Amino acid sequence: MTINDEKIADKDMIDKKATGWDREQMAERAAQDIPDGAYVNLGIGMPEKVARYVPKGREFIYHTENGLLGMGPSPDKDHISLDLINAGKKPVTAIPGAAYFHHADSFAMIRGRHIDICVLGAMQVSETGDLANWSTGAEGAIPAVGGAMDLVAGVKTIFVMTQHTTKEGQAKLLKKCHYPLTGPKVVNRIYTNLCVIEVTENGFELIELAPNVDFDYVAAHTEAELIDSRTQTLPLTTCHSDPLHHTGSQS
Amino acid sequence: MINKFSTSIKEIIATIFDGATVMIGGFGEAGSPIELIHALIDHGAKNLTIINNNTGSGQVGLAALIANGQVSKMICSFPRTANSTVFPELYRAKKIALELVPQGTLAERIRAGGAGIPAFYTATSVGTPLANGKEIRTFEQTDYVMERGLIADFALIKAHSADRYGNLTYHETARNFAPIMAMAANKTLVQAQHPVEAGDINPESVITPGIFVDHIVTVSLPQQESVLVAQGRTYP
Repeated sequence: MTINDEKIADKDMIDKKATGWDREQMAERAAQDIPDGAYVNLGIGMPEKVARYVPKGREFIYHTENGLLGMGPSPDKDHISLDLINAGKKPVTAIPGAAYFHHADSFAMIRGRHIDICVLGAMQVSETGDLANWSTGAEGAIPAVGGAMDLVAGVKTIFVMTQHTTKEGQAKLLKKCHYPLTGPKVVNRIYTNLCVIEVTENGFELIELAPNVDFDYVAAHTEAELIDSRTQTLPLTTCHSDPLHHTGSQS
Repeated sequence: MINKFSTSIKEIIATIFDGATVMIGGFGEAGSPIELIHALIDHGAKNLTIINNNTGSGQVGLAALIANGQVSKMICSFPRTANSTVFPELYRAKKIALELVPQGTLAERIRAGGAGIPAFYTATSVGTPLANGKEIRTFEQTDYVMERGLIADFALIKAHSADRYGNLTYHETARNFAPIMAMAANKTLVQAQHPVEAGDINPESVITPGIFVDHIVTVSLPQQESVLVAQGRTYP
């Protein structure tokens, strides 16, 4: 899906006043919350980095929605096939044991709630878990959605990876999204350069701070109320296997 | 004797009429039937509605078809890509219409159309601008939006191997939309890289059964969109 994600990621700059985690560390932190054996779809751009940090002893199977389960790393330049690409239209490889399928089957995996975790970029996230990551709604812009709406509607658990604020320092974690939604009440967990946030029925619950970042600083850069939940360990929301029930933490 | 192979791309494309709806396979350049698209440019049918995930890149293939003024409407999920300038310019100038569809909804609409299903309900796009004006129904406390099946007058697709009955296989992720478009079109026109004898494709390995295919031409060495774009090529 979304080339959007790449563009969003490119626009994001790390807040100089509180660097917290860099992008690699954000990816490494998110990877720790993906259980062994999970079927995972990684958005284009920053979320792709998660694949570099599979914790020791775990195996993830990567789905790319253009029609491959068992996506491997990028090929070296002598082994590029223009027919073997990912959702961002970049050359990839297929692992031994991979499978190819057509688009309707690929999206049945997504929409039929067979994919466990999707990691996506974001423009804005609301405290109720609404996600906006496909359009600013600006006049004259060419609207393009790709598979983003299918992923948030169908994947069991949605992780968002994003810089905590825009490069202009504006909050991205809001009471209510201003941009057109990708989906309402869909985000389960947010990994930013400053912290990890669980989205619950209470709102944004901060469960972990990046090193040398303090809670008040994060709260000041979050438009919605931020609940300090560091003392309690929330169970991971990953891999619930209730096929009909929406697994957004609000439901 | 049934033989769906034709020696003339021109002949099989010639039946495409002005105002036709045409599904074109491919996700980016993977699976894009570039020789069939170029033959459609030569043929010149106008006022076409094109269904494809994207809108092409550079000045070849689908982008060239649009640039040639033959397309009045695009139905797609992601109309801008790297090197994609033709569609955005025409869209901003209001010279081409766009129906934007989430990628999975697009695939399912095509699959449904090919299976004779006029409409279905999906959770995708509920609560977003893309569900505006569409019927919403609630099943088990969850809202779903009604989407319509898509059918087409023609499908242009690219296959790896083909036999005279029209049985097809594909290569890697170039498969993408081709099998479902073959099902959803009244006439499916195929460019295949490898013509094979009936029986050479193991029945267990047939991806598109021949019933969904009408005409096949062999294109042994298909051009690659990204290579043509990198060379700055244009068509015609």
